Amino acid sequence: MGPSGTGKTTLLKLITAQIQPDQGQVLVFGQDLARLQSHETYAVRKRMGMLFQNGALLTDMSVFENVAFPVREHTDLPETLVRLLVLAKLEAVGLRGAAELMPGELSGGMARRVALARAIVMDPEVLIYDEPFVGLDPISLGFILRLIKQMNVALGITSIVVSHDVQELSSIADESYLLSDGKVEASGTPKELLESGNPAVRQFMTGSAEGPVRFQYPAPDYTTQLLSVEES
Amino acid sequence: MSNGKHHDILLQGVRKFGSTAVFLMQLLVQCVPAFARPRLIVFQVYNTGARSLIIIMLSGLFVGMVLALQGFNLLQRFGSAEALGSAAAIGLLKELGPVVTALLFAGRAGTALTSEIGLMRATDQLVAMEIMAVDPLRYVAAPRFIGGVIAMPLLAAIFSVIGLYGAQLVGVQFLGVDQGAFWSQMQGAVSWHDVNQGFVKSLVFGVACSLIAVNEGYHAEPTAAGVGLATTRTVVASSVLTLLLDYVLTAAFL
Repeated sequence: MGPSGTGKTTLLKLITAQIQPDQGQVLVFGQDLARLQSHETYAVRKRMGMLFQNGALLTDMSVFENVAFPVREHTDLPETLVRLLVLAKLEAVGLRGAAELMPGELSGGMARRVALARAIVMDPEVLIYDEPFVGLDPISLGFILRLIKQMNVALGITSIVVSHDVQELSSIADESYLLSDGKVEASGTPKELLESGNPAVRQFMTGSAEGPVRFQYPAPDYTTQLLSVEES
Repeated sequence: MSNGKHHDILLQGVRKFGSTAVFLMQLLVQCVPAFARPRLIVFQVYNTGARSLIIIMLSGLFVGMVLALQGFNLLQRFGSAEALGSAAAIGLLKELGPVVTALLFAGRAGTALTSEIGLMRATDQLVAMEIMAVDPLRYVAAPRFIGGVIAMPLLAAIFSVIGLYGAQLVGVQFLGVDQGAFWSQMQGAVSWHDVNQGFVKSLVFGVACSLIAVNEGYHAEPTAAGVGLATTRTVVASSVLTLLLDYVLTAAFL
């Protein structure tokens, strides 16, 4: 968790080896990502799934083909098995009926659910969510929230959820890290964070504009700027 | 303009050339595994080739017709209007076929490739593929590149054939050049060597135009303006490079 612009998405890019760290190490499944060859990086990625904010569905394929894409690329399963697998995952996100639609015909919430089905189709060990709750209606939000929790419990998947929705996240998280200015400001269970004595943590958890975390972008003194506008 | 600015432009040009060359190497490496999915390549030949057919055939027809009109006018002054067939054939096969096809290809198929790949970048589709452990260079870029390289000589051949028909239409049907002389002179003057030159040219243009289109799309800034700019750069760079390469190749062949 953390305010916008503190490096949450950058952290996800580091974990998925989209970017390399300037300093330090990123260990995923005990392997240092910076030291891996590209085929080893791909091997690590096969064990991860990621849900993008906008879904990132492949626009030239139907919903069914999108979910089937990783299966077709990485396995030689017969078509009947691919069908069973894909339909099961689509059923899990409640979109089995939308299998033949194209991504352009889906609403934002539906696209994200299809993307979720695609992310879990290869049964990853780690699922990464980039802002999964942004812009969802309450029904979809509740659904995704339950699904994340269910998958953790039923399938033993580790979920890494990046979000600034304190309430939603706190209801499902086992452990939370609060980022601020590229650093871990605090960590612990959501309950511990809520009761934290750190004013910056309190400010974020309660959503107040006043506090040590600056809400306003750095600017010259307001009065001085107004006066200088009149002069010029 | 200051000296430093010239320096910057030069540096940018060299950098662009270098990055494109590196991209070509990466692309060529991925072309080998890409052949394992012929379906994707066939689709791209259809996408860049078959879908450009109408514009190629229409342009070929008119270019051939104009060629006959101008050629007849000139040749008649020397009393050798029968040579129209050979003049049109040489002009189309060696120059106009490959060059005009490449220019049209850049405008029709190249822009489509760039904007498609650029939008895939802008909507995170390429990154999503990477996370799914599928190399977008292999899955997206390589089939499009190969498809373009295959499509270009085919299009150039069709352009030339239709162009010859257009030349025949105007020269023989409208202007009254003897039909037998038109075709026999053409047969006599055109050798395999000439056809080969046209083929090699269109193959080189195919590599150049497809590479530029795919490279610009793949490295487009992921915004609406960025994709637009990349598309423009594709047309400009492809056209200029085509004409430049045409001179180089012609000089090399002579």
